[in-house]
Amino acid sequence: MSPASVFVCLSLTLLSDYPVIRVKPDHSGVVTDGVKHSMNPFCEIAVEEAVKLKEKKFIKEVVAVSCGPTQVTETIRTALAMGCDRGIHVEVSGKDYEAMGPLQIAKIFAALAKKEEASLVILGKQAIDDDCNQTGQMTAALLDWPQGTFASEVTIDGEKVKVVREIDGGLETIKISMPAVLTADLRLNTPRYATLPNIMKAKKKKIANMKPADLGVDMVSRVEVLRVDEPPTRLAGVKVETVDDLVAKLKANGTI
Amino acid sequence: TRECLLTNAHAHTNISQAARQKNSDTFSCGLYTWRWKCSSAVTPRITSHYTICPRDKDPRWEGVEMERFADEADVVIVGGGPAGLSAAIRLKQLANEQEKELRVCLVEKASQIGAHTLSGACLEPSALNELFSDWKERGAPLNTPVTEDVFSLLTKKYRIPVPMLPGLPMNNHGNYIVRLGHFVRWLGEQAEELGVEIYPGYAAAEVLFHEDGSVKGIATNDVGIAKDGSPKDVFERGMELHAKVTLFGEGCHGHLAKQLYRQFNLRENCEPQTYAIGLKEVWLIDEKKWRPGRVEHSVGWPLNRNTYGGSFLYHLNEGEPLVALGVVVGLDYTNPYLSPFREFQRWKHHPFIAKTLEGGNRIAYGARALNEGGYQCLPKVTFPGGMLIGCSPGFMNVPKIKGTHTAMKSGMLAAEAIFPKVTAKDLASETAGLHVPEYEDNLKKSWIWKELYSVRNIRPSFHSYFGLYGGMVYTGVFYWILRGKEPWTLKHAGLDSAQLRPAKECTAIEYPKPDGKLSFDLLSSVALSGTNHEGDQPPHLTLKDDSVPVANNLAIYDGPEQRFCPAGVYEYVPLETGEGMRLQINAQNCVHCKTCDIKDPSQNINWVVPEGSGGPAYNGM
Repeated sequence: MSPASVFVCLSLTLLSDYPVIRVKPDHSGVVTDGVKHSMNPFCEIAVEEAVKLKEKKFIKEVVAVSCGPTQVTETIRTALAMGCDRGIHVEVSGKDYEAMGPLQIAKIFAALAKKEEASLVILGKQAIDDDCNQTGQMTAALLDWPQGTFASEVTIDGEKVKVVREIDGGLETIKISMPAVLTADLRLNTPRYATLPNIMKAKKKKIANMKPADLGVDMVSRVEVLRVDEPPTRLAGVKVETVDDLVAKLKANGTI
Repeated sequence: TRECLLTNAHAHTNISQAARQKNSDTFSCGLYTWRWKCSSAVTPRITSHYTICPRDKDPRWEGVEMERFADEADVVIVGGGPAGLSAAIRLKQLANEQEKELRVCLVEKASQIGAHTLSGACLEPSALNELFSDWKERGAPLNTPVTEDVFSLLTKKYRIPVPMLPGLPMNNHGNYIVRLGHFVRWLGEQAEELGVEIYPGYAAAEVLFHEDGSVKGIATNDVGIAKDGSPKDVFERGMELHAKVTLFGEGCHGHLAKQLYRQFNLRENCEPQTYAIGLKEVWLIDEKKWRPGRVEHSVGWPLNRNTYGGSFLYHLNEGEPLVALGVVVGLDYTNPYLSPFREFQRWKHHPFIAKTLEGGNRIAYGARALNEGGYQCLPKVTFPGGMLIGCSPGFMNVPKIKGTHTAMKSGMLAAEAIFPKVTAKDLASETAGLHVPEYEDNLKKSWIWKELYSVRNIRPSFHSYFGLYGGMVYTGVFYWILRGKEPWTLKHAGLDSAQLRPAKECTAIEYPKPDGKLSFDLLSSVALSGTNHEGDQPPHLTLKDDSVPVANNLAIYDGPEQRFCPAGVYEYVPLETGEGMRLQINAQNCVHCKTCDIKDPSQNINWVVPEGSGGPAYNGM
């Protein structure tokens, strides 16, 4: 049985690398209004991998899925422009969106993957705004599917997937059966640009709309954010001339 | 950097750049022969952009598919700022009223509408009232009506108040303090609702021409070119957007407009445009010091009487105690040691300004060039196949320091002139691209023209020996009393880039070190602009001749680009081997202000558009 459809699950993140992020005056979170949002870079890599697999004819259809408010449709369009066939937008907004975390998202993705009979679910390894690195693993657990996380190389071999994983000790190669969940790491591929003609064509591709309730998912979060603070400003270091000075200073401030 | 003498049997006789940098990733020998026009000194290669190093003769581009996908629209608009968006909105309003189909496409180089917008700003709602009489109901973010207007003449320690009499151009009664980026974002939303196709993240990189020389449309930027100019695996050609008329709303000193001026000789009957650089910060201040609706302007310290410039400080009223403040410095300054950025930083230490900022936090920074030429510098704005709108030709009212209302109005007038022609049953036109001279006629009959004419002599009146004081007296006498009806028209000083005096004739300026509380260093400021670009692409600050910066700019003017660039793009660093300096271009820092293209005394720098989405990430600037 050749794999039918692959789900690529996307996240819309605050592009936290370069725009300026500041904490809200009430310390409940960061200011997101007007800040540049775009597709999570690891999710771009996931989309690229899925499209590559389709181009090599290992899979028939790539579906891009994302959860969030209306802004998220732009991200799905970009994925469609990169080569996905259709999109699914799971609408989550307002308080539900602010409280949404990896568990809720994983529940949604798991429910969708089952409903649409996906053979592969590919995600980015983590979102660059919260750096949780949990959604892929949770999705696999909820589905009771094997997982190939931190993938830097993916090869489909009949009914199985060979995944080279980047781990602390080096590279680990595993073979898992499909259906499976994969999460993309940095070196998996270089995502293609979503060119303007493709963006225009993507406007004609379908994006289905649904709500978490339609999938029977309960969005209640068991995590409560108490407070968000900026990291403390780094204090200047003190330079000393000799080892004796160093010892004296350490004694003076009670370290030794 | 080691130089290699490279020769090749298939010698190219283009006079091209010199040695490859030894750390170039795709170093390949034996490609070019080069000859030096001037010195025998070694210049490391800086420029690799295809506008300077053509790809058709470059062997690395052999066999690369260069065909572009093309699409047709009725009107294409370059630039998603107030002018471009107002034109798009007006076109769609007319189309909907008259139940006609009209495809309007707008391309914008920023990743989202408003991300490259920077302005003070005090908005005069005249044009907005004409565009959307119900703007309040639609939620336009004009939240801060001006409540007090304060003008000062600063000396090093003191402040001389100048009465803000009604009728003076700086009087702001009836205006709103806005975060222009948010206003532009709102305009973008209105435009999309009306059916305008907006494509942020795609820059117009090339103007396309029909066989008969009229404008056919634009092509967006290619993506996936490596830093050394070679194609990467992800290389993709840009796309062509063809239109019956193309509107160019690139803002002050647009790079395509620069090309169009030459192509169609649009500047033969006007003075060369003169500019200023505006640097701006947004601060979250102590609530006790916050006076929402308060507008403060100043002239004088730290600039001397012969350097045009001034400052602004506006208290916004949007829930948090935010102030927008900044300094504008005329780019016709003569001392190459002047650094507009450092003037801005030291201005904040003046007691009158410092007292507002003390205890506050800086949350944003940015900079942009603006027009100072006014009436005398207006070019011809229409040509076969296109027209120029907004700050690109330059409708800013300099003494009022407002250009948004005139930019919007120019966009609307353009739309009104184009609409009947572009929807007409038979497109009777001499040229393949539509020529719509009615736009220029309408401009001349509108309030834009009257306004610009009445203030035309204020800016040039600063050019006398009395400098600032002469200008203030002139404004007081001729503008306030005579409303600009005097029969003469003063001239500007000429090209800004020609005003610099050689470094040896000038004294270096001692700037105070930034204290980290009120004033800051350049790099931490650039970080606050959120600017970034794809690193592996040719620098978009292209040099026509790589040897000129060291030979001319550094030798004669002590490298003024190190000082006038508000983002630290240009640095003169010692050569790795041997003696001498080289110019290092940190293109990733660029905030797209265009000052270098304007002020370079050698006029060797040609700013072109980088890959779309690159540039600053301003949020409500």
